[in-house]
Amino acid sequence: MNKGTNRRSMQASGAGRRKPLGWQLRLYVAGTTPKSVAAFANLKKICETHMGGKYRIEIIDLLRNPQLASGDQIVAVPTLVRRLPHPVKKIIGDLSNTERVLVGLDLKPAPLSRAASQA
Amino acid sequence: MAAKASPARTVAKAETGLTGLDQVLYGGVPRDRNTLLVGGPGSGKTLIGMEFLLRGARDFGEPGICMSFEETPEQLAGNVFSLGYDLNSLIRAGKLLVDYVYIERKEIEETGEYDLEGLFIRLEHAINRIKARRVLLDTIEVLFSGLGNEAILRAELRRLFRWLSNHGLTAMVTAESGQGALTRYGLEEYVADCVLLLDHRVNGQVSTRRLRVLKYRGSAHGTDEYPFLIDKKGISVFPITSLGLTHQARTERISSGIAGLDQMLGREGFFRGSSILVTGTAGTGKSSFAAFFADSACARGERALYFAFEESPSQILRNMRSVGLNLERWIKRGLLRIHAVRPTSNGLEGHLAAMHNLITDYKPAIVLIDPITNLISVGNVGAVKAMLTRLIDFLKLEGITAMFTNLTLQGELEQTAIGISSLMDTWILLRDADMGEARRRVIYVLKSRGMAHSNRMVGFEISERGITLHTDGPALQQRTSA
Repeated sequence: MNKGTNRRSMQASGAGRRKPLGWQLRLYVAGTTPKSVAAFANLKKICETHMGGKYRIEIIDLLRNPQLASGDQIVAVPTLVRRLPHPVKKIIGDLSNTERVLVGLDLKPAPLSRAASQA
Repeated sequence: MAAKASPARTVAKAETGLTGLDQVLYGGVPRDRNTLLVGGPGSGKTLIGMEFLLRGARDFGEPGICMSFEETPEQLAGNVFSLGYDLNSLIRAGKLLVDYVYIERKEIEETGEYDLEGLFIRLEHAINRIKARRVLLDTIEVLFSGLGNEAILRAELRRLFRWLSNHGLTAMVTAESGQGALTRYGLEEYVADCVLLLDHRVNGQVSTRRLRVLKYRGSAHGTDEYPFLIDKKGISVFPITSLGLTHQARTERISSGIAGLDQMLGREGFFRGSSILVTGTAGTGKSSFAAFFADSACARGERALYFAFEESPSQILRNMRSVGLNLERWIKRGLLRIHAVRPTSNGLEGHLAAMHNLITDYKPAIVLIDPITNLISVGNVGAVKAMLTRLIDFLKLEGITAMFTNLTLQGELEQTAIGISSLMDTWILLRDADMGEARRRVIYVLKSRGMAHSNRMVGFEISERGITLHTDGPALQQRTSA
């Protein structure tokens, strides 16, 4: 991630072809911190592995665009917002636990124990 | 050391503007610091916090941010509208801003390290937009149920409260009361400069809200539980003692409306701003004394407000015509207002609120409460006395002269049913005396603070020509009140 990134989109190779099926992700960060760098690296790896190139990541630096925090109801950073496909999902943290990110993105069913505890 | 001790220890304060609260807090909440508002559901935390912002924005030129974790801006606007505030117009004027923070745990997955910088950024952005000086966080505890990592949360909250102080913001933070602890999530650990405890109790079907200052670092404060009201005028806290001690004792005298009675009261009548109790058995003319007092005030061009707990306005007007008083003309000229209400229609809190509001609106020079006896049916003795204390303190502060009538039973002449005589400056007794075959009314000034008054029992008559005291009997004996 470059310093000075304002609102940068990273379009992976196949994303433009079939937009309705693509993933639209937003990563909210507050400046370039170890947490935000880690989150972006972890996210990119997961996308490459599990989304078959059909994704788009938009990075929003709240230090530069503070007015964008309320729209997606951002409280914690980093926060990953899955805007598409619906419904909107949020994952907070540096995305270091791939399993949980996959669950959060609905790429993997929630473990039974966790599903039960949420019921 | 000694020289700098007192100024150095004086805490800078921010007026809340809430009626009565600043007196309880000896000036206001600590400036640039955080005040914790603790209470159960429905105790009025949000409304007190909102009025702190609204007053700041409207009356003190201090714009405010409400970071609301529970209610939407629309809900908040609706709630404060009932207190007489137009939230949206203050928002449009750039004096207030509501940031609604929505967190739903089910929609959030957590993995790895994070912080609450997003919240800080939102707050800072809002503060910069309107140059805010005040902040309300209502209630930030929602984060505990919305986010899973309590260790991060606690560290970030500690940082947040310090951040608020460092940014020169005077903040109120609401918190739910906890069981076995002050607040449910222990916020008092971080927000400890000033803690206000709110309570909503129902006693004998009468509900009273109360406020207590649990602590105030570096400042003295009132220590009692103070009743407070939430009505269309906003929040009113009633300091029971602090007001009463500060009012200015007046020396101006005003007529009782009855020449003979003025003569008994050191020839000059009552002190303006004093409180007068007229007690008597049934049919001794208590209401007539009140009416004559009102009539004389109106004749001077002053306003009188008559709270009637027993009779309707038309009944009072008819009765007073029979003793030669035409009160209707004062009503027509806007100098007299009769507010008739059944005591049981309201709790004591409600009565106090209604009276307080009417008095504030109408700004009378004198107030009549006829009779206070009926209020006893609403609350217990202690509660009635506390209510009257608050009312009298308020009236004295406003310089309003008040006359209360009270029914006593035959044979209990000097015993007021609710022990309120100590609150009164002047106490007038009316009674029937058996004079052989005839029944004769007599009047006696039992006490009248600060003046030489008659200690005679004087006969009097009520006729279509008014109230006539037979003070021209044997020479008046004077005495000075103790």
